[in-house]
Amino acid sequence: MGKKITLTIDDRQVTAFEGEKLLWVALENDIYIPHLCAIKEEERPSASCRLCFVEVEGFSHPVTACTQEVYAGMIVKTRSPRVDRLVKSAFELLLSDHRLECAKCPKNRSCELQKIAKERKLKLRLTRLKPLEKEYAIDESMGSFVFDPSRCVLCGRCVYVDHQEVEVGAIGFTHRGLQRKVTTFGGGLLADSPCTGCGRCVEVCPVGALFFTDKAG
Amino acid sequence: MTLLEGEREVILKHVKEILDDRGTSRENLIPVLQQVQDKLGYLPDLAMQKIAAGLDIPTVDVYGIATFYNQFRMNPPGDHQFKVCMGTACYMVGGNIAIESFERRLEIREGETTPDRKFSLERVACVGCCTMAPVVLVDEEVEGHVTPTRVDGILLAFETETEKEEGKNGEGIEEKEERRSDA
Repeated sequence: MGKKITLTIDDRQVTAFEGEKLLWVALENDIYIPHLCAIKEEERPSASCRLCFVEVEGFSHPVTACTQEVYAGMIVKTRSPRVDRLVKSAFELLLSDHRLECAKCPKNRSCELQKIAKERKLKLRLTRLKPLEKEYAIDESMGSFVFDPSRCVLCGRCVYVDHQEVEVGAIGFTHRGLQRKVTTFGGGLLADSPCTGCGRCVEVCPVGALFFTDKAG
Repeated sequence: MTLLEGEREVILKHVKEILDDRGTSRENLIPVLQQVQDKLGYLPDLAMQKIAAGLDIPTVDVYGIATFYNQFRMNPPGDHQFKVCMGTACYMVGGNIAIESFERRLEIREGETTPDRKFSLERVACVGCCTMAPVVLVDEEVEGHVTPTRVDGILLAFETETEKEEGKNGEGIEEKEERRSDA
């Protein structure tokens, strides 16, 4: 760990260690920055959700907080018209690929998308985009939990814990573009994969794509 | 896709040879996949599993790479390949209608092969003869202005061809039998 430094986030002085990523410094100091794909332990963040944009003084464009390292004397603003516009667009793009039926969703009220919408006063419906109509089969083969790919926002948290934490390698990103999804080898059922049913992926899922059946009610 | 008789051994042999040659570092995944596809014409599940084991990575990672790149195919090429052009011109005049007609008639989806491995269906980008749009490459032959009726026609031609061949073979056997009975 590097030496202790001071930086300013939204006019507040906070201390951090050199080399830490801005997103986690802000979150630890109760300054909220929307994020989905960020994983603290990951050395090279994928920065794919495009939600954690912030303005840093001296930078010409907003940067993603999950990839930006802190430095002494850094001055950060978590909100600006440019940041809000980027986040609004990224959020709507995510929603267009997410089956929006919150009332029927087991993660209703504990969903990260709902949290982001509330914090940033964003609408939980599409205004400019058409929904992508995906017909993915719901995988109930594991019994203790269910995988519904149509609610997946491709944050990659489940893939990370599966690969790096429990080191099972049952699920991963497959296909490309609009067809991109999290599947098992060959796209088969979880029960036919090396999945051990540990449930770590379910715990980290920010939305209702992976959920425990007992909580589904 | 179920493997043909003896195909399993061929797959195992080629994959082993290529892995032995290439080494087991993860960076070799794409070159290995390319070489295996060169040898086998496609990437069977078994080959991907063996490659994953050889490189000591999860099978799903191999599958992820193989499905990401268009150059890799998961299904064996059919005896006859239909490549439906989805370039701008063909798309505008109904290339998707042509592809749907093939899908309906062959009962497979784009990128798949019929279970008897006779026909495979693919989409390609511009073939280079946009005036004939929508274009379908039937093996190496260019078919222009492909309507659903033309799709039926193309498939009918193949059906009659196989019937003829079967008929010929049948006759051949009969002739032989006749000769035998003569002798």
